[in-house]
Amino acid sequence: MRGSRRARWTFGAMMALGLAFVYVPLVVIVINSFNASTVFAWPPKDLTTKWWVETAGNPSVRHAVLTSVEVAVVATAVALVLGTLLAFALARYRFFGLQAMSLLVVLPIALPGIVTALAFRTGFRTFLGLELSLWTVAIAHATFCVVIVHNNAVARLRRTGLAPEEASMDLGADGFTTFRLVTFPLLRGAMLAGALLAFGLSFDEIVVTLFTAPPGVTTLPIWIFQNLQRPNQAPTVNVVAAVLVLISVVPIYLSQRVAGESTAGGRI
Amino acid sequence: MTGVLERVEQPASARRRLSAALFRRPRVRLAGLLTLPATWLVLVYLSALLSLLVTAFFTVDEFTGAVVRELTLDNVREVLTTPAYVGAAVRTVAIAVTVTVLCVLLGFPMAFFMAKVAPARARTLLVALVVTPLWASYLVKVYAWQAMVQPETGLIAWALRPFGLSGPGFGVTATVLTLTYLWLPYMVLPVYAGLERMPDSLLDASGDLGARPARTVRSVVVPLIWPSIVAGSVFTFSLSLGDYITVQIVGGRTQMIGNIVYQTYTSNLPFAAAIALIPVAIMVVYLSLVRRTGALDTL
Amino acid sequence: MAHHRSRLVAVGAIAVLALSACGTSDGGGEGGGSAAPPTMQALDTIGEGEGEVNILAWAGYAEDGSTDPAVDWVTPFEQKTGCQANVQVADTSDSMFEKMGTGDFDVVSASGDSSLRMIYAGKVAPVNTDLFTSYADVPDFQKMQAWNSVDGVAYGMPHGWGAQLMAYRSDVVTPAPTSWDVVFGADSPYSGKITDYDSPTDGIAAAAVYLMATQPDLGIENPYALDQDQFDAAVELLKSQQPHVGSYWASYTDAQKALENGSTVVGSTWQIIVNLAQADAAPVESVLPDEGATGWADTWMVDAKSPHPSCAYEWINWVTSPEVQAQVAEWFGEAPANTQACALTTEPTHCDTFHADDQAYFDKIWFWTTPQSACLDGRTDVKCVPYAEWGKAWSEVKNG
Repeated sequence: MRGSRRARWTFGAMMALGLAFVYVPLVVIVINSFNASTVFAWPPKDLTTKWWVETAGNPSVRHAVLTSVEVAVVATAVALVLGTLLAFALARYRFFGLQAMSLLVVLPIALPGIVTALAFRTGFRTFLGLELSLWTVAIAHATFCVVIVHNNAVARLRRTGLAPEEASMDLGADGFTTFRLVTFPLLRGAMLAGALLAFGLSFDEIVVTLFTAPPGVTTLPIWIFQNLQRPNQAPTVNVVAAVLVLISVVPIYLSQRVAGESTAGGRI
Repeated sequence: MTGVLERVEQPASARRRLSAALFRRPRVRLAGLLTLPATWLVLVYLSALLSLLVTAFFTVDEFTGAVVRELTLDNVREVLTTPAYVGAAVRTVAIAVTVTVLCVLLGFPMAFFMAKVAPARARTLLVALVVTPLWASYLVKVYAWQAMVQPETGLIAWALRPFGLSGPGFGVTATVLTLTYLWLPYMVLPVYAGLERMPDSLLDASGDLGARPARTVRSVVVPLIWPSIVAGSVFTFSLSLGDYITVQIVGGRTQMIGNIVYQTYTSNLPFAAAIALIPVAIMVVYLSLVRRTGALDTL
Repeated sequence: MAHHRSRLVAVGAIAVLALSACGTSDGGGEGGGSAAPPTMQALDTIGEGEGEVNILAWAGYAEDGSTDPAVDWVTPFEQKTGCQANVQVADTSDSMFEKMGTGDFDVVSASGDSSLRMIYAGKVAPVNTDLFTSYADVPDFQKMQAWNSVDGVAYGMPHGWGAQLMAYRSDVVTPAPTSWDVVFGADSPYSGKITDYDSPTDGIAAAAVYLMATQPDLGIENPYALDQDQFDAAVELLKSQQPHVGSYWASYTDAQKALENGSTVVGSTWQIIVNLAQADAAPVESVLPDEGATGWADTWMVDAKSPHPSCAYEWINWVTSPEVQAQVAEWFGEAPANTQACALTTEPTHCDTFHADDQAYFDKIWFWTTPQSACLDGRTDVKCVPYAEWGKAWSEVKNG
């Protein structure tokens, strides 16, 4: 089959078509950030760099980025702990409720975002009477990030098996030393890949954030959403959008260098 | 832990004794591992889901819209018997299925090219190229598609004008296109991972036995990586099922289940909760079907 | 396997019951009846500013220069009072209603279809009109109305009012329309490019206003007091209109964009949308059709849990002062509540155009209000359809 030239060309053409489908809109975003007009119309008549200069000095964007980072850091930290613990439990033990637990962990991303979002809101407000805050956002984000860390860690645990740890114990290391010198180093890459993805997922989440954030907490997606609904803000949003597209290569680079994941983004 | 011989305990530190004690008691270790995550998932997540479920059976003060904790089946009955809501559910599922099918049709050849055709050193780059858009903001991508499909001044309309055609404009087509765009990487990645695990020799064997490429794909490749395709479909289907922002931006007057939830949760939370049970029910059915293929393990 | 899961569910259910037993209902729309508004005290005196104020407002009501550098009355307010103003723009009355009552916001520019609900739900506090420096400048026909007072207690300061107009693309819609026929008529030549404002109250009431003129047999006296038959007729009209609708707009910039790029060419609008589209050189005009129209009369109200009440009153006094009222009214395109503003508008005829001091005109507009089962038009022999049903009917309409 690999020998079939026509099949290879067909698949190659599909690949090129797919990549064009994926990248044309992204290129449009980047070009549009230089569009001199505040109203989108293709093709742009004039190009300018003035929106980039204006946006660089915009304090509300910086503030929104910081808020997003805060939420994502808390959510990722929680998910890293819970997801890794869970991965060990589910990958290495058989117990009553194992199946239910493995279903429960995927549920937050397997159920549509609006369901998760409304569930959290109802739980937090109607049932617990909590005031929404940065923490309610982080708690909600952490919950759907657990599965990401868990999936990456489980995959690695299954792949490496028990042999390295057994060897370590046979050589006289106790459980803690084995974890420090064998288990953790083996798992580190997968944990990093999971953490990176979890961070990205939280950073980009809009629906759950809209339902669990109080008015004062403006993450970057909420900032974008609000500003797209205000007149004459399109150029600023376009620049932020272009920056987000351009810096998306950073996590990809990181996951390849630091996490050493061949799939370049870990497992979703 | 079977197959590991009990080791003779050495006289050593407290840490060593603790380690040994834990080693002999797998249940204690399991409890230590499981307590925190299980508590979180049950107390934070499951109870939130259940509060949504319970709310669907409450009612509201007709004037202030305040939730009144009085049990009733009216909301659920209304959702199930009103043609407009059933219609919205059917439309939403149809959109989600179409998006999933398009993601498979587009994603499978891409994944196959990446895993089996492209030279090994190009693979990492190709994977990175496919994954990168995942990191670009969801909203940014949706608004890019608004610019792509908008009538008269959109990029598609511009590109088609020389051929005397007009763009899709806002509507169901634009919604399906945009959702397919958004979730495509979620299909490509698991399918690629599945293909990568599949030995090349199977393809050669199929070819040696006289199968044409199309036959090989149909009879060998697809059955083998079916769990990966199904795993990808969980994402593409579920993410499409609950979307309301994309359809709000590029869908014109198209409405999906998510829109009804979004529009009614402020004035009538129990009713919104009852509507939200539709996608929950659909996903529970979907997941229980999917589970048989073993796809959940490859998620 | 199934029983494993059910056990897990059972554990969760117990947790929920435990939570709900001790959970208090919050102020966010969960709790409170509607017999009478909860008793609350209005502010006695405006004290030292608290340093900030959170404002929930309609688009164009609290401009800080970010839309147009020349349009800014928030910055001078901050400089004068030392209250930093955090503004959030709301799309719909429902979202305003949902967000108030928690102390997240201090003031809101509520329209009549949410203000009364906010009062009865205990989300907003009574106000001390003696503290409003411009209260005396507001014509009496706007004071102590059904949407800003209950039983002789004032709940807010009038801001401004206007009609829900009809926007049209003057290059496409010819001749210039004078009737809602082009929007509701079965044979509208603009099928597929009609737009409606995405609000249950306004959407259904707008259809009722049209029916008042075209089907007098229905006996509709007030578009917000519809018995079941009248309500069904209005919903039926909207359902027959739905296939011809291009989009239901909630965000005013979406409405503006749609008019600019021609994906909609005629439909319900706010003057500010038309102004913004014209600023982008789009051929868009507006008209008040012959059948009359729905409209809004907005009121600044103070949250019941406002953490910054002094700054809230400072803001209300600022935004209803003649100078600022003149700016808001011209920017948004509405009649200012404070008629002292009329002498200060850059377009000297602004107040005449919007009939700011014209009670007869004011009385012709059907201002948004919350439908209740006790008919607002005074009928006692029938029950009217309450708001909870309007919301559901509207989403049914949109789902065809």
